[in-house]
Amino acid sequence: MAVERGDVEHVAKLARLAFTEEELVAFTTEMNGILALFEELKAVDTDGVPPAFRVLRRRNVFRGDEPGEMLPPEEALANAPDRHEDAFRVPAVLPND
Amino acid sequence: MELYELTFSQIRAGLLEGDFSSRELTESVLDRVERVEPAVSAFVTVRERGEILTDAEASDARRAAGTCPGALCGVPVAVKDNISTRGLATTCGSRMLKSYVPPYDATAVARLRDAGAVIVGKTNMDEFAMGSSNENSALGPTRNPWDVSRVPGGSSGGSAAAVAAGEVPLALGSDTGGSVRQPAGFCGVVGVKPTYGRVSRYGLVAFASSLDQIGTMSRDVAGAAALLEVIAGEDPRDSTTAAEPVPRLLPDTGVDLTGVAVGVPDEYFADGLDPFVAEKVRDALEVIRSLGAKVRTISIPHLGLGVAAYYLVADAEASANLARYDGVRYGHRSDHAETLEDLYRMSRSEGFGAEVKRRIMLGTYALSAGYYDQYYLKAQKVRTLLVRDFERAFESVDAVIAPTSPTTAFALGERVNDPVSMYLSDIYTVPVNLAGLPALSVPCGFAASGLPVGLQIMVEKFREPVMFRVARAYEHAAGAFPVPSTL
Repeated sequence: MAVERGDVEHVAKLARLAFTEEELVAFTTEMNGILALFEELKAVDTDGVPPAFRVLRRRNVFRGDEPGEMLPPEEALANAPDRHEDAFRVPAVLPND
Repeated sequence: MELYELTFSQIRAGLLEGDFSSRELTESVLDRVERVEPAVSAFVTVRERGEILTDAEASDARRAAGTCPGALCGVPVAVKDNISTRGLATTCGSRMLKSYVPPYDATAVARLRDAGAVIVGKTNMDEFAMGSSNENSALGPTRNPWDVSRVPGGSSGGSAAAVAAGEVPLALGSDTGGSVRQPAGFCGVVGVKPTYGRVSRYGLVAFASSLDQIGTMSRDVAGAAALLEVIAGEDPRDSTTAAEPVPRLLPDTGVDLTGVAVGVPDEYFADGLDPFVAEKVRDALEVIRSLGAKVRTISIPHLGLGVAAYYLVADAEASANLARYDGVRYGHRSDHAETLEDLYRMSRSEGFGAEVKRRIMLGTYALSAGYYDQYYLKAQKVRTLLVRDFERAFESVDAVIAPTSPTTAFALGERVNDPVSMYLSDIYTVPVNLAGLPALSVPCGFAASGLPVGLQIMVEKFREPVMFRVARAYEHAAGAFPVPSTL
């Protein structure tokens, strides 16, 4: 089953990525090439085989509910592209019309 | 012989004996960096010379006072640029993080500092560790010190090249699908991928969290083991670290391999393996046999499915992990966005390179409604089959030995526009990550092209000492690699 340009556009929207028309066309071809590589898995019999989401036996690990070291606001904000006082500033979330 | 040419073992002995100081060693290393960087481009950031030498002098003072914290005291180390270093830029080879300066140290880096290691700088890499050639770095490619028209491998290509070129004796890398072992093989150095959970991932910029491990590189086996001993062990800041105690990794067993059973899987010698690589690996196996090991043929039946399963799992995890780059708190922010939605989309599209976008797209697709069972879940089941292949192998052997990669270092530009052929070059390294096992690559000679060949040694979880024992015995018999004389 091949992906088409429209599928790629939909996935790009989910992934919050923008492509030019030219990139979309090229990427559709490329993605089909890579998906062909994944096709070989389909023929493998995995009936009754559990998925291996984790490879170590360890499960939940808890720590005491005590405050640890905290990053001072100045350091936490040092890499901010834009800030307002002790907050990260972004464009308006709701349109103001 | 110049000090930068010494292996870790020679450095350790020299510092202990007082043959030279850390300052003298570090100056030799920094001169070497200045001389070869124009050709190799292994580093993204080299710290200011005065600062580095101050650290070296501090370790000399500790040594004089008898308060040296261990084997790494005064030894120069490079750190891959996806491992957070407080106050020192950590770009991940990406435009997205071009000006990012971490406010904290990764646990591995904090342990290096505590051990008195002298951090030289940060090494180049494929963007967000996605790649096998270092050509996906937004800061330009690193070159192979043995032949600068060739790639160093990836994604820890900068660390491998720096160690091979004598720019540092030790370096940290990260290995998600072979990113330490493959460049180590291509550059003729030792590269170690520890058991999943052996080293804290706190401060390692996340790519695929169920596969990522920080690994070590050195021109000798002893260096890679000593560096791992320092960074390994449980960390309250990473709940996936293992509670298992860290043993002495390089036991004093001498160089005899009597009683060690080695398995050689047929599937690793099938079509696609370069005959020159096969020849060198077979020669190495003969050496290992002559040291007393019992060598026999085994089978890893699902090897051929590893690449497909790996790329599905890794890309799915990457698509989730890289969702954090949204232009809000750190990283690149687009100047042209007017709405919040635009800010996310434009910052990501401007900040990420082609391969990272490709992986995010594939991962998003594999996790999306209607495709999850067919791709992601299926890949996780095939992963179980690979886990079982290795469990079965380790019922009868102590170590599985195979080539690290099917070829030697390829030419720059040869595969960069053909993602499928680039992915297939990882066929021998990805199974170990899927199964959470430790493995290392040790140099085993040069192919006819003059390029290094890597021998891969894989063992059961938490059995790193066996892996180091076999590697050191082989290295002792074959001799450690020199620094290339052509640079």
